[in-house]
Order: sequence, then structure tokens, then C-alpha cells
Amino acid sequence: MVVNFNYMNILINNSRCTRQIYATPPGDLAIWFFIFAELLAFGIFFVAYAFARAHNVALFDESQQHLNRTSGAINTLVLITGSYFMVRAVESIKQGYANQCARWIGAAIGFGALFLLIKSFEFYSKFSDGITLSTNTFYMFYLSLTIFHFMHVILGMVILVAVMIKAKQGGYSAENHTGVETGAAYWHMVDLLWIILFPLIYVIH
Amino acid sequence: MQYKSQAVAKPYFIAAIGLFLGQILFGLIMGYQYVVGDFLFPAIPFNVARMVHTNLLIVWILFGFMGSAYYLIPEEAETELFSPKLAWLMFWVFLVAGALTIVGYLTVPYATLASMTGNDILATMGREFLEQPLPTKVGIVIVALVFLFNISMTVLKGRKTSISLVLLLGLWGLAIFFLFSFYNPSNLVLDKYFWWWTVHLWVEGVWELILGAMLAFVLIKITGVDREVIEKWLYIIIAMTLITGIIGTGHHYFWIGTPEYWQWFGSVFSALEPIPFFMMTVFAFNMVNRRRREHPNKVATLWALGTGVMSFLGAGVWGFLHTLAPVNFYTHGTQITAAHGHMAFYGAYVMVNLTMISYAMPMLRGRSANSRASQLMEMWAFWLMTISIVCITLFLTAAGILQIWLQRMGTSPMSFMDAQDQIRIFYWAREFAGLVFLVGLVLYIWSFFFKNSEAQAAG
Repeated sequence: MVVNFNYMNILINNSRCTRQIYATPPGDLAIWFFIFAELLAFGIFFVAYAFARAHNVALFDESQQHLNRTSGAINTLVLITGSYFMVRAVESIKQGYANQCARWIGAAIGFGALFLLIKSFEFYSKFSDGITLSTNTFYMFYLSLTIFHFMHVILGMVILVAVMIKAKQGGYSAENHTGVETGAAYWHMVDLLWIILFPLIYVIH
Repeated sequence: MQYKSQAVAKPYFIAAIGLFLGQILFGLIMGYQYVVGDFLFPAIPFNVARMVHTNLLIVWILFGFMGSAYYLIPEEAETELFSPKLAWLMFWVFLVAGALTIVGYLTVPYATLASMTGNDILATMGREFLEQPLPTKVGIVIVALVFLFNISMTVLKGRKTSISLVLLLGLWGLAIFFLFSFYNPSNLVLDKYFWWWTVHLWVEGVWELILGAMLAFVLIKITGVDREVIEKWLYIIIAMTLITGIIGTGHHYFWIGTPEYWQWFGSVFSALEPIPFFMMTVFAFNMVNRRRREHPNKVATLWALGTGVMSFLGAGVWGFLHTLAPVNFYTHGTQITAAHGHMAFYGAYVMVNLTMISYAMPMLRGRSANSRASQLMEMWAFWLMTISIVCITLFLTAAGILQIWLQRMGTSPMSFMDAQDQIRIFYWAREFAGLVFLVGLVLYIWSFFFKNSEAQAAG
């Protein structure tokens, strides 16, 4: 067991993996307040969804049938893959490979764009069917939650682009890469929200 | 005072306090009319007293914001104000326009005032808080633009700090959202819909940024805590404000003819609106506890802490009380709203202005703090005004609960006026608390006239 007091991290090595336990969360502390707020807002919306559904199970189940689960499932894989790329980006910069880090971030951004593309087709088909926020309570939740999430993917991509540019310019190093971790933390949150949102809205009935 | 041009803040602060006194006097008149309906009728009817009370509030808060910006921006930008002359000119323009408007309200029937001032060219009048005649509204836009030009140019030529950028963002937002006061669709639902873009997006949006910046500035000065720490808090607070406040506008869209989804949007997002206010409280106390210097201006610290606590209670807690759509179904437009309005405005925008004035005014008068006696008097004023606003809020909340019970619940609810008769006792109590508030305000003003022989020289 190695105790690294410099970074207030305790590195625990065991036979299978290397795990870091941080005294403070990775990345900038401010992003965690932000993430907490985001999770709270979505969390309340998820609870509200459950509450509304309990009052009108038949309507929710019927409307849910019309969602495109396949594209939702593909998008889940797309986001998880994007998250994996961000993990690789953080690993790269920890070893001091800035260019490699930037490339992994680029890949994560690309998968974010792919998510947006697939989601846009889904929205297009729903809007073509004349579905709006006022169609019924289920669609109100479906559209608001997925559109809010959609905007978070865009925001996440903006953050990642900024981090990627700085990484390319050599702004991060093995010792100093808080920005990469900050971007990664936000990107994982976007992924996490979808992992809850997808089964909740598309699948569970 | 580090820069000569900061001195222009002084007339703004003096005007603000003067108008504050006027606001309270009209509040007392109106509070008395709640129980003695024909008091001062027909000279000052209730609707006029109410209009003067609320309009003076807004105008003096704007004076306070502008004075604060003129004080704060040169110090943050580390340069003299772009044009102190322009600031002086706008001071007189705004004061005269404001005074003429109030005189208009008090001397001419509102409908006559409307026809005299070109309301038939562009109808903008007759809406709560935005009652100002067209020329006044245009005047506000001109004053705001010149003011923004002046401070933006100052920031551009000097040091750019997070505090000044957040303040600028808030002040630009203030000007931009005021433009919706010129948009007055004939459809009543659309009218209300966009009316809130001025009213809500001011007090639950961009004004919070101004509040955050002003509080952060004073806290840096009085605690000596590192700018980096304070700025990080500021960023988190404004992010939370915008996340919750913008879509939180939806909590005004219940039961007025807007689509049903606003009940969900409004409830969820506005339920989170107390968070930035709570963070502001934690922020203020945290910074004061971590202070690195003992600033001689104790009363400014008291105001800063008070702002944190009272804005959280008034805006956060009392807002949350009736923000959920199923609750608001019963409470909409009752005395609960009035209770919330009083404590939120006092706790957030009155107190932050008084914090700034309390910190800056001694500096503007050439000392880092007032004498002990003067500060002691101001502390009395703080407690009298704060405790009486708490009482006003509690009495109005009680009135609101009873009003809802009598007028909105049960199988045979009372009429509005019958219910009003039943809650008179609370209106009397509120009026008494209002008188105590006036005493507090008079002591506050008195504290400016103390001899300051033992005062400390400006640092």
C-alpha cells in the first residue's frame, strides 16, 4: 500500500486493480456542486414522473409503446462508449500523453455528436406525428426530460471541446490535469442521467 | 475611497434612502387603508398608494444598484470611472423623471395621466409594477443604457474581475428584460406571460446576479478572504440561480391560461430556487468566519450576514411555501403572496443595498467606518427593521392562511370582502409592525448625522 500525501490521495494496490480513493473528489470542486444541482433537478423530475405515472398507468403504458426503444438502446451504448473514451483520456493525461488525451476526448465528442444525431431522428419522427408538450402528461415528461438531457449533451460537448483544445496546446500534464477530470466528471454525469432516463421512460412499464 | 470618481455613488445612495422613506410612508398609508378603507380618500386612493409604494421600491433599489455599481466598478477595475459627468447627469435625469412620475400619480387620475403621456400611441400602462407612463419608461431605458455604457467602458479599460463581470451581466440583463415592459399584447394571457419576463426574470434572475456580486464585493473588503475563494462561490451561486430561476418563471404561469406543462416545469425548477439563496447564506457566514482581518465597520458585516439569512427566508422559504402548483391552486393571489413579497424584497434587495451603503458611505465620507455610537444606532435600525419585517411577514402569512381557509376551502366559501373582514386583526398587527419599521428607518437615517470624532481614517 502506497500513501501519497502530496495529492492527498491514497493509492491502494491490490492484485486486480489500482484504485484511488480521493480525500476530495477529482476535478474542480465547483463542478461537483454543479453536478449535484443537475442531479437534484433531474432527480425531482424523475420522482415527478413516477408520481404522475402512478396516477395514470394506462396512459403512460400506452404512450410508451410508441417510443423507439431500439434507438434509445443504441444511444445508451453510444454514451457509455463515449464515457469509456473519457476514462481513457484521463488515463492518458495521467501518464503525460497530452496528444493521446486530446484524441480520446475528440472520440468522446464524436460519440456525443452521434447521440445527438440519433436523438434528432427520434425527435423528428415524434414532431412529425404532431406530438407536443401538451399531447398528454407522458409526452410532456418524455419531451421535457429528453430535450433537457439533449441540451446537457450539447453543454458537455462544449466543455469537452474546451478541454480538448487546452490539452492539444499542452495545457495539461501528468501532474496537473484537473481540467480533464472536471470535463470527464460532467460527461459521466450526462451518461449517468441517460442510463436512468432510458429505462425509466422507454422501458419500465 | 480609492478612486475619486467613486464619489458619484454618494448622491445615488442619498436619493435611494430618501425614496426608501417615501416608500415606507406610502406603505403605512396603504396598510391603514386595509382597515380604514376611506382613509385619505379621495386624495390618495388605495390603488394610487399601492402604485407609489411599489414603484418607489423599484426606483430606489435601482438607485441603490447604480450607486453600488459606480462605487464598486472603479475599485474592481482599478481605474477611474469612464465619465463621472455622465453619471451625475443621469442621476438628475433619473431623479427628476422619477419625481415627476410620482407627482403625476398623486395629482392626476391615472386614466388622465395615461392619455396625457401618449399611452394611446403605445399602450404600456396599467400593469402592476410597470405602471410608469411611456416617457418615464423611455427615460428608464435611456438612463440604463447610458449607465451601462459608462460602467462597461470602465470595465473595458481596466481590470476585469469575476465580480465586475457578474455585476455587468446582471445589469445588462436588467436593462434587456425591462424592454418587455413595452410589449403589451391585447391577449391577457400573453400579456401576463411576457409581463413576468420583466418582473420574474428581474427579481428571480438577473437581480440575483447583482446581489451576488455586491455581496461578494463587500465580503472581500470586510473579511480579507482570498478573491479566488469568493469568486468560486459566486460562480456556483450564479450558476444555480440561472439553472433554477429561468425555467422557474413557470411558477407564475399556473392557472392563468398557459399550457399545463408549466405546472410541472414551474414546480420542479422553482422548488430548487431556494438553493442559491441558501448557498448565499452559507457563503456569507463562511467568509465572515474565515476572515483574515477585523474590519472596523461591524455594522456592514451585520447587514451582509442579514442579507444572507433574510433573503433565504424571504425569497427561499416563503417562496417555496406556495410555489408548488397543487399548493398554489389555493394560495394564488392571496396574502401569502404579499407575505412572501415583503420579506423577499427586504431580505434580498433592500438589505443588499443597505449592506453596500453601510460599507461604502463611510468611505465616501473619508473614513473606513463610522463611530461606535453611529454604528450602534445603525445596528438598532437593523434589528428594528428586520424584526418588524419578520412580524409583517408572519401576520400576513396568518392572514393568508385564514383567507384561504375562509374564501377558498369548504363547500360554501365566503366572498372576498367577507373574508377580508375576518382577517382585519392581522392587518392591524401588520400596520403596527410597519410603524416599528418606520422607527427603525428613522434611526437608520439618524445614524448618518452622528458626529464622527472618533471615526477611523479611511484606509
